[in-house]
Amino acid sequence: MTDQELRVSKIESGTVIDHVPGGHALKVLAILDIDGSDGETVSIGMNVPSDKLGRKDVVKVEGHELSQNEVDVISLIASDASINIIRDFDVVEKSRVDRPTTVTDVIACPNRNCITTEDEPVQSKFDVLENGVRCVYCDTIIREDLTDHIDTA
Amino acid sequence: MHREHVLSTKELSRDDIETVLDRAADIAHSGTDRSRYADTILALLFFEPSTRTKMSFDTAMKRLGGTTIDMGSVQSSSVTKGESLADTIRVIEGYADAIVLRHPSEGAAKMASEFADVPIINAGDGAGQHPTQTLLDLHTIRENVGFDDLSIGIMGDLKYGRTVHSLAHALTKIDARQHFISPESLRLPRSVRFDLHEAGANVREHTDLEDVLSTLDVLYVTRIQRERFPDENEYREVAGQYRITEAALEAANDDLIVMHPLPRVDEIAPGVDTTTHARYFEQAHNGVPVRMALLDLLLQGEAQ
Repeated sequence: MTDQELRVSKIESGTVIDHVPGGHALKVLAILDIDGSDGETVSIGMNVPSDKLGRKDVVKVEGHELSQNEVDVISLIASDASINIIRDFDVVEKSRVDRPTTVTDVIACPNRNCITTEDEPVQSKFDVLENGVRCVYCDTIIREDLTDHIDTA
Repeated sequence: MHREHVLSTKELSRDDIETVLDRAADIAHSGTDRSRYADTILALLFFEPSTRTKMSFDTAMKRLGGTTIDMGSVQSSSVTKGESLADTIRVIEGYADAIVLRHPSEGAAKMASEFADVPIINAGDGAGQHPTQTLLDLHTIRENVGFDDLSIGIMGDLKYGRTVHSLAHALTKIDARQHFISPESLRLPRSVRFDLHEAGANVREHTDLEDVLSTLDVLYVTRIQRERFPDENEYREVAGQYRITEAALEAANDDLIVMHPLPRVDEIAPGVDTTTHARYFEQAHNGVPVRMALLDLLLQGEAQ
């Protein structure tokens, strides 16, 4: 076992999100709405040396397998991330995130005048741009602080 | 264009635009066969005040031979009982062959189109789009100076002005040189600049009209609204800088035309009205033949 692997211990079952850009691990946790208050076991490696990224973050969440929706949103801030689903200490599924072309009902439009923020039977929907996302209804573009607008409710 | 919605100028091609304008020129010249639309009903749903847009749609439908139904003011409608826009649309689409919608929220027309099988025509959605205004603007430009080698200055509130956003997208389709003149705080919004950049539009931004006035074929003026500024003094100072007078126009090309979507307050001095440059009343009148043309193209498959 190398020194690098030792820093973050293995998990029994859950999800390992690897190759997150250095310094973005807490944003990934924010997307998953994990702040530790529910007692989940979470391990984080931040700014770990990586051949591919230079520095990377690793997030290991015990007892939680990511949904496609969660993977889609993580892809918006970590386009090179890989997702490993772990059961009984074994990787049963390994995949790269795939940037979706649109994300529905995961981001709240920051434009207070957008029809999706009103009491209407409509879900928020954003097109995914090369750099950021864009509301399909009002055209508002979000580039910075995307995680602030993730609708985890 | 049969049975399509008209939500934004982004989805109109140059061909679509020219088809509407050609039909408008044709209608203005020779009228239409009024019997075709005798059974056609157009619904007018205006959740915000409107004079020109609403009355010209009303006139256009009636001149085509059809009739209109009008929700009236928001105060007198079931909106005050808390009905959603989606429900209002689902009801009204059963009454009418097409719906003209103005609403204070951006994206309202797009959402409405998801709940309606009849064409939705966006007559203004918040600070979003106002595509039929653009069509009549383009008609005025084409009739006066043509689309070839067009250089246009658009001045005033570029941030919140929906007529500006719609016009900019459409001008990109006709390869016009676009100069945007505004105070720094009222520049084009990021989403519009992004689209213009992606489309390879020929765009320059300025804070002074003087920098470009002599190169323009068209000067399109919009109103700077008092409520966009934190205090009265700042508003007066900025509004004063973007006011057009006869004296200011002396530096302009003789053939320059001055346009404005109206209503104006004092951003164009009354003295300009009698100069050869003024086209804003002609522009407003063009709302009728252009909206007749648009309705005709949208509804032609349904009417016999």
